[in-house]
Amino acid sequence: MNRRLRMWVLLLGLAGTAAVLAAAAFRLPAFGTDFHPYGDRAVREALARQTANTVAAVNFDQRAFDTLGEETILFAAVLGTVVLLRQARDERHVEPAPADVAAPVRRYALVLLPVTLVAGLYIVAHGQLTPGGGFQGGVVAATALHLLYIAVDYRALERIRPLGVFEVGDAAGEAAYLVIGVAGLLAGSSYLANTILPHGTFNTLSSGGTVPLLNAAIGMEVACAVVVLLARFLDQAVEIEGEGENAGGNAGEGERK
Amino acid sequence: MADVLIALALLLVAATATAAVAVRDPARQALVLSVLGLTLTLLFTVLQAPDVALSQLAVGSALTPLLILLSVRKARRRSLDQVRAEKEAEEGGT
Repeated sequence: MNRRLRMWVLLLGLAGTAAVLAAAAFRLPAFGTDFHPYGDRAVREALARQTANTVAAVNFDQRAFDTLGEETILFAAVLGTVVLLRQARDERHVEPAPADVAAPVRRYALVLLPVTLVAGLYIVAHGQLTPGGGFQGGVVAATALHLLYIAVDYRALERIRPLGVFEVGDAAGEAAYLVIGVAGLLAGSSYLANTILPHGTFNTLSSGGTVPLLNAAIGMEVACAVVVLLARFLDQAVEIEGEGENAGGNAGEGERK
Repeated sequence: MADVLIALALLLVAATATAAVAVRDPARQALVLSVLGLTLTLLFTVLQAPDVALSQLAVGSALTPLLILLSVRKARRRSLDQVRAEKEAEEGGT
């Protein structure tokens, strides 16, 4: 296929996509009206199961199976990262050097670390009541730990971050979600059905049946996944050196020519 | 009033997104991406989607730029050291 023909094929595809998109856009309901057929139904279902945060009800009850898929995507991505970014045979492990941190940066990061960590855990715990949930809170809690890398250095972060525990936590979070799903099946209804627990009192921490449990499972999975993910990237950036890296420069120069 | 806010937030997103494409240095791009995450957070908040705004804030303006910066650091270190080693080898040969 020559260049000219390829341009024509591209133009045809672009024109087709533009036409279909424009046709679809004209059929959309107007922006900013109070016509929300899906929203009305979702809110009704959420209230029927005493879940104050409708988005959490959609994520962990009405569309709980979708969330299982999303959680599994993250789990698989982290698994792939762990396999790809391991220390290869021609790489060596270098002890990270202690770093000098400016005093204001150190103070600021050390003050913010516990605040951010508690904020993250709060967002996870109140996922069924207020905006947020396991995913958002998990990411916040996991990134909070890394303020220690900014405040002190990589060795300090490694000391408070036993990677094996977080890898197990990642798998346990994923497994907990699956097991809660199976519990719905064993209770006589369908997979991930919100029927095994009482729905509780509206707007309390324990309301919503399985929603807070699934939310907590996601929180644990995401927090551990982000810690493991960042650990692999940090290891590559700080600790693992391949051939031809670093100023040491005495590793097999003759062979590379 | 709400429409004005939405229009402003959309303009901010368009401006920072264009800047993220226009900046060519990956390390700077990560920082612009972080700002883009903040403007998107603002847009989602104005559109009354606080759940999405929180996700965007945590992932878009903190996690993704951090992963990019770490990757850039690794790639830079490798290429810099390779250039240095090759130069040394050449000088040694002549």
